[in-house]
This record gives sequence, structure tokens and C-alpha cells, in this order.
Amino acid sequence: MADATTPTITRRNPFANEGFWLAMLGLGSFLLLWYAAVKWTPIQAFNRLPDPLTVVREWLSPTPSYGISIFTADYYVHILYSTYRALAAFTLAILLGVPLGIFMGWKRSVHQYAYSLFSLLRPVPPLAWVPIAILLFPGVEPAVIFVTFLVAFFAMTMNTYVGVKAIPEDYFRASACLGGTNTDILWDVIIPGAMPSIFTGLQIAMGAAWFSLAAGEMIAAQYGLGFLIWESYNLIQYPTIIIGMATLGLVGYLSSAAVRMVGNRLMAWREQRLGTGG
Amino acid sequence: MGDTTGEFVGTGLYKSYAGAGADTPAAPVLADCSFHFEAGKLNVVMGTSGCGKSTLAYLLAGYQTPDRGTLLIDGEPVTGAGSDRLLVFQETALWPWMTVEENVLFGPVSRGQSRQSARPKANALLDRFGLADFKDKYPSQLSGGMMRRAELAQALVNNPKVMILDEPFRGLDVMTRELMQEYYLKLFEDTRLSTVFITAELEEALFLADRIYIMSDAPSRIVKIIDVDLPRPREISCTATRRYAELEQEALTALYEGRELEAL
Repeated sequence: MADATTPTITRRNPFANEGFWLAMLGLGSFLLLWYAAVKWTPIQAFNRLPDPLTVVREWLSPTPSYGISIFTADYYVHILYSTYRALAAFTLAILLGVPLGIFMGWKRSVHQYAYSLFSLLRPVPPLAWVPIAILLFPGVEPAVIFVTFLVAFFAMTMNTYVGVKAIPEDYFRASACLGGTNTDILWDVIIPGAMPSIFTGLQIAMGAAWFSLAAGEMIAAQYGLGFLIWESYNLIQYPTIIIGMATLGLVGYLSSAAVRMVGNRLMAWREQRLGTGG
Repeated sequence: MGDTTGEFVGTGLYKSYAGAGADTPAAPVLADCSFHFEAGKLNVVMGTSGCGKSTLAYLLAGYQTPDRGTLLIDGEPVTGAGSDRLLVFQETALWPWMTVEENVLFGPVSRGQSRQSARPKANALLDRFGLADFKDKYPSQLSGGMMRRAELAQALVNNPKVMILDEPFRGLDVMTRELMQEYYLKLFEDTRLSTVFITAELEEALFLADRIYIMSDAPSRIVKIIDVDLPRPREISCTATRRYAELEQEALTALYEGRELEAL
């Protein structure tokens, strides 16, 4: 690719950005409200919760009162277990969802076979699958991964399907006209054409994997962040609940950001279109 | 390129599209449509919008089959899409994720040629269309006129017998449009590549055509054939001649009659 076609990305100082300060203001207000609700209101439901300072102190403490902080090995074991399950489910969702979505969008017969079944199963929430998952699978891991996989898989399939459907008919006609075989159509028209939608699907699937994961882990696991949250609730270790939740949020955010970054890299042509304004 | 091949003969073509529901009747688009598009000629098909011009283009290209009637290219029935008949679309059909050169190479490579061996010809065409410096750009980085030229290159690299252009310059601004018309005219006058050019613009039709086929409103057929005997090579100045004005009058009359036939 010629250098001239690469849009120049200037790295700006984030502190000079108004958006950054507004985001900080939002976050700060939330923490202040939380602190105020716990410490300064007479409402008992709020007073039971740990305030943000207590949580941060526990999180960063080398000797945490409830056994979980950034200095304890267990903390990372939970993160690793959850990450492994989320990534396994996410990978399976891609491997099965993208081909299914492509063929549902491309081949009318596949659409007719699969679409109604798919539409019926899709609204069933991940928690509702937990009993079936436990009955179906011999161990905890496959059951949790299955529950995590489902929503990600539906998101992946739907987005790929919509992406293929959105490819202008003329692109297929032009390809047929120029002598393109099915293989050419698949690799040169369908996959690149559906790519923007597939990448949206990846981001949604990654997010979906994390929220279904926590649900699955709460019910059927011995490790993982979802398990940590639920276990801490049962053991009345309230600051650890918040540590688990915040960590879930962070890890989920980071993995979605990673997916987004890879997507932007791979879709140079789209960037260029945005860069030059058509 | 196309000197004696690329002749279309359509006889009594019918085509209708199924209605939305079971009880909606099929809408006829073409009815008893017959024509003889001679090889090596610039045949222009003209009609008002919505009269079934694109349907005709799809039949010629082989994307759709007629319900009734026969359609022959050089004496052989049209059975499907093929690179001997290339359609240039109303909206651009360059793939936005490929560079201009990759777009042009798609046809030859799809038919088994190696990238290396197809490249010289592709580059020669891009050069000829003034796109040599843009071959590594993506379509969205080109102007409207450049995109149309890139599409012409994408089509011509396959040595088609006949070019089918379905309102190819619609949506371009007036200046670019005129330039593109002159461009295609020059290309045609140099190569005599058999052409079916579909348009709704009378000026465009008269300026380009050897022969204009006027379609009635749907269900359409060819209602009038006008031989445009303006001398070639043509310049834009030919539109100021007396003969041009006479032909324009004749075409306008035919267009209005096509309307009235339908109103009855």
C-alpha cells in the first residue's frame, strides 16, 4: 500500500481532551454519590454496603481482611479462570457463528432450515440454560462454557447474517458477470463485505460472553470472578463483592477494546473511506 | 475487440415479477419485447424511468431469464451470466475493500489467470483511462468519474463481446457526465465494441447512439427505432446541428406516443 493512502493518526494528549475530563467528572460524581449514600444517609440498605474508600483499601492491601486483593494469588486464579472460560466461549462462538451466519445470509435453503429455530432459541436468557447445561455436560467447565457461549454465538451469527444480507446485490452480480466461482464470491465478496458487521458482532459477543459468564459461574463453579462475587456474598465479605464486580468490568472492557483494536487494524479500507470522506 | 460479435436478437420477450402476496397478480414488466441489437454498433435503449430498462439489462446479462420468448447472442441462447457480456451498473459495483487494480484483476484471476500475467493488461487499461496513479487507491478515494472509468477498465480487461451499460452515468454531476459521455464515445469510435447503452436521457442517447430503441412504459416493448445518422467521430458541437434537432423532435414524439399507448 502506498504511504499516501494511510491516514495519519496523531496521538493527542488525553489530558488536553475535554471528553476525558467529562468522563472523569462522571466517574468522580458516581464515587462521591456512592460514598455519600453509604456514609451520610440514614438509609440502612445503603449503610450495609462498603464505601468506595474501604473497597479500594481492601483491593490494594498487601494483607486484605477478606483474603482477596491485588497482592494475593487467588485473585489472579479467579481472573485467569474467568478469562479462560470467556475466551473459550468466544472462540467457539466465532468458529460456529460466523460460518452459520454466512450461509444463512448467502444460501436461501440454509436460511429456511435454520432461521426460525434460531429466532425461537435466541430470546432464551443464559440463566435459563443453566439447568440444562448442568444436566447435559459431565463437568462444571463445559457447562459454564456452554452457557457463556450461547449468547455470544447468537450475537455472532445474527451480526454475520445481517452483514451478508446488507451486501448490495450488484456486488454479487458483478462477481457472477466476471466469472467468479462460489469460492471467489465467498472470499472476495461475502467475507470482506460482511466484515464490518462481523466485527461489530465480535464486540457484542465479547461483551455477551462476559455477562453470561458471571451468571454461569455464580451457580456452577468453584473459581472465577462470578463465583468470587457470589461466594463473598454468602460469606458476608462485602468489599470483595465490589472488587469482583469492578474486576469483571475492567477485564470485560479491556477484552472488548482489544477486539475493537484488532478490528480497526484489519479494516484498513474502511478507515480510509472515513479518512478521506468519500 | 468486438468487431463482428456481440449481436443480440430478442424475440417476443415477456418478463413479470411475482407480486408481494399470493393474491397480488404478477406485474408484467416486459411484454412482447423484440429487438435486434447489431454487433459493432452503439445501440441505445431509451425509456422513462420504471419502464423495465434494468430488467432488459438483467436479461441481456443473463442474471434473469425471460418468462417467454427467445434471447440470442451471436445466434446462441443466453443461459447465464458470463464475461462475454459485461454489465456496468447504475450504482458503482467496484468492491470497496479492494484497490482499483485488484478490482480490475478480479475477472481474469477468477477465470484462472495468474495475477502476474493479468497485470500488464490491467495496467495498460488503467493507464489508458488516466488511472495509472490511482491503481493502489480504494474506490472510495476516487471521484465519481474515476469510479466509472475504473469500472470500464474492470469490464474491458475481460475482452467482452458486448458491453451493457445500465444508466452508467446517472448520479454524476453535469460536467463529469458530459466528459464521461465523450470518453465512452471515443472508446467506442476507437474499438467499435458492440454496446447496449441504456439511458433515460434523450441528449445522452442522441449524442452517443447509432440507433435508438425507444421503450414504452411497462409492460414495455420497443415501440420505435430511430437511426441516428449524425457523422462520427462526433463532437459535442453536433448537438447544435439542424439534423440533431430533427432527430430530437422525432424521438420526443415517439416517447409521448409510448406513453399514450400505455394510457389506453
